[in-house]
Amino acid sequence: MNSLKAASDISFLLERYESQEGQAALMGLLQDIQEELGYLPVEALEEVSKHLRVPLSHIHGVISFYSQFSLTPRGKNVIKMCMGTACHIRGGKMVLDEIRSYLNLDGSDTTEDGLFSLEVVRCLGTCFLAPVMMIGDKYYGKLTAAKVRKILKSYQD
Amino acid sequence: MRKDIQKIGNPKNLRDLRERLKRERDGDKVRIRICMTGCRAHGAEEVMNALKQEVTKRQLGVEIVPTGCHGFCAQAPVLVVDPYGIFYGGVSPEDVPEIVTETVQQGKPVERLLYTDPASGKTVARAADVPFYKNQRKIVLRNCGEIDPTDILQYIERDGYAALAKALGDMDPEGVIEEIGTAGLRGRGGAGFPTARKWSFTRAATGAPKYMICNADEGDPGAFMDRAVLEGDPHTAIEGMIIAAYAIGASEGYVYVRAEYPIAVQHLKRALQDAEQLGLLGENILGSGFRFHVKIKKGSGAFVCGEETALIASIEGKRGMPRPRPPFPAHSGVWGKPTSINNVETLSNIPPIILNGGEWYSSVGTEKSKGTKVFALAGKVNNTGLVEVPMGITLKEVVFDVGGGIPDQREFKAVQTGGPSGGCLPEDLLDLPVDYESLAKVGAIMGSGGMIVADDRTCMVDVARFFMEFIQDESCGKCVPCRIGTKRMLEILDDICEGRGTLEDLKILKELAESIKDTALCGLGQTAPNPVLTTLKYFKDEYLAHIEDKRCPGKVCKALIQYRILPETCTGCGACLKACPTQAISGEKKQVHVIDQAKCIKCGMCYSTCRFDAIEVK
Repeated sequence: MNSLKAASDISFLLERYESQEGQAALMGLLQDIQEELGYLPVEALEEVSKHLRVPLSHIHGVISFYSQFSLTPRGKNVIKMCMGTACHIRGGKMVLDEIRSYLNLDGSDTTEDGLFSLEVVRCLGTCFLAPVMMIGDKYYGKLTAAKVRKILKSYQD
Repeated sequence: MRKDIQKIGNPKNLRDLRERLKRERDGDKVRIRICMTGCRAHGAEEVMNALKQEVTKRQLGVEIVPTGCHGFCAQAPVLVVDPYGIFYGGVSPEDVPEIVTETVQQGKPVERLLYTDPASGKTVARAADVPFYKNQRKIVLRNCGEIDPTDILQYIERDGYAALAKALGDMDPEGVIEEIGTAGLRGRGGAGFPTARKWSFTRAATGAPKYMICNADEGDPGAFMDRAVLEGDPHTAIEGMIIAAYAIGASEGYVYVRAEYPIAVQHLKRALQDAEQLGLLGENILGSGFRFHVKIKKGSGAFVCGEETALIASIEGKRGMPRPRPPFPAHSGVWGKPTSINNVETLSNIPPIILNGGEWYSSVGTEKSKGTKVFALAGKVNNTGLVEVPMGITLKEVVFDVGGGIPDQREFKAVQTGGPSGGCLPEDLLDLPVDYESLAKVGAIMGSGGMIVADDRTCMVDVARFFMEFIQDESCGKCVPCRIGTKRMLEILDDICEGRGTLEDLKILKELAESIKDTALCGLGQTAPNPVLTTLKYFKDEYLAHIEDKRCPGKVCKALIQYRILPETCTGCGACLKACPTQAISGEKKQVHVIDQAKCIKCGMCYSTCRFDAIEVK
């Protein structure tokens, strides 16, 4: 999506929050924008800054603090690999390594073709499926290195 | 909402409504309760749809209730057919016609879908007789799995909001606090601070408005109790919250909930709307003149926000960083106003206490730890799931009687309570009673309720490293001990796991751990060394094996293990050869294959691909 166009499209989200709420409304608004656009384009943040009268630097401070926010576009399929305790002791690290190596994610968290983004999350709360990941809103449980490769492949075909 | 249900103007109207709902219930009618929360990840939705289709096709008057968590997640997807109480696990849509023919139409169990007790080898038909359920005591989870969480009337039918009516109608705020004091309820978020004392501080503080906050920022990896309550019985937490607000004199409230829990947020929203519509929340609640408004605030993925002062900063829209206390939130909380913050499970205990009395509640549990505790049981244990047990039960009973022991005939090694702030306890402490004091005495904590079981294929040094990595990720960076101290600890643990550790490292590790405990700003930092300290205390031999013998007894640490193909078992099928990402495996078809150790990156692909158990980890 064109980010300039996106920024102008968020006025209906801004309207949900009163200007005088200021910083108190910031997190909710950022969550709404991210849900709508998939990430937080800087043009949109400038609008947020004007609307809530919160300096951009403060907004950036909040975004960089919370792991949920992203300043870059996400891939088409967002993989949430669980790295909670149960997943860890059931071999989640091996699965995670395999995802990274199979998708050539070295340092970055989105594949070059934009097909996948990888997020490492702390506990999806489905420990009975450990090790577990979500792709979009679908769960894949009891993963092994071999199983995860097959699953990723099915999204590439 | 049903059209014939009006706003409830006073306690009598509520009682009339409850009695009417109870009268309307036909106890003989078949009712299928199916978990539509956690079990969704295992295809419960498809099973429910198949059930609906089948009963419509056969024109049966069956009530299908989408419920919250039944607790027995290891058997997902699960359902119970009432009035027979027959429990089925691992159900697929293909099983549905048989369930309808046998159980729904004839009241008979489908033998092959019943739970088999591994101890006796016999099948168990009724949920109440399954050992997993038999050893539990449900107070907080009393409605989870029993009702449709999106239907406020089902909650009201089971005495929902009766405690609120009693508190507003028959008790003054001090009386409510006193009752909670008699119950001996302590905070279930981890630290175990007496709830009545927290409330009386906030009640006594000056300033208006006062705030009542429900802490649903359940961040401990491996803990999902609060999620289950909010998804499966949101009204119990809300009712507890309104009573708490009445006790402390709060008119405004927030539920601070993890954004990672979409179903919980959805059910919570619905519950708040319905309660407000019925006059149980908002202005002039039940005609008492008391007003209380609640908003939902979603967290954005920061573990430290479970800490009270960080949570307050986050509600105010700031970076979620803790600050020194005092002033305590009771005096200066959200926007500097008196604030009480209570955890979901704590609040869910409130309605039963008010309804049945503090004496009743304090008859469950131990001398200093009253009532029950909900645990999320996970890791290397058969009955992964959600359990509620009386305080004082032993770890052994939780892991072996309720939890069903260790899978794959492996050996128990440790149980971890309290997440990143807790400790790892060995086999010889299994007889320890689960209560605040006993756990603290051995270096662990009760925590919010994650209980992770480890078997002999778990490396305790790696577990300590895992938690330290977690803390490093989640440290907000405000204080030096936590920001830099835990970083140094993690580096040392990395060295040990990779075979570069020295005996000197163990001394430094302990020294660092103790000074971080003493000097960190908030609870996150102060408790962060616990997993390291407890593993050093109870599993020192594993540290020594890594350092002196360059050996990982749990066969987990990559730098210290080798994969090898067993020539006597290998069939030469070639599956591992194809799977290996570094072409480290060679061998002709139908001949024994070998791994070139120089090329092997120890990714475990061959191990997880081999169908003949021909790959050994050394």
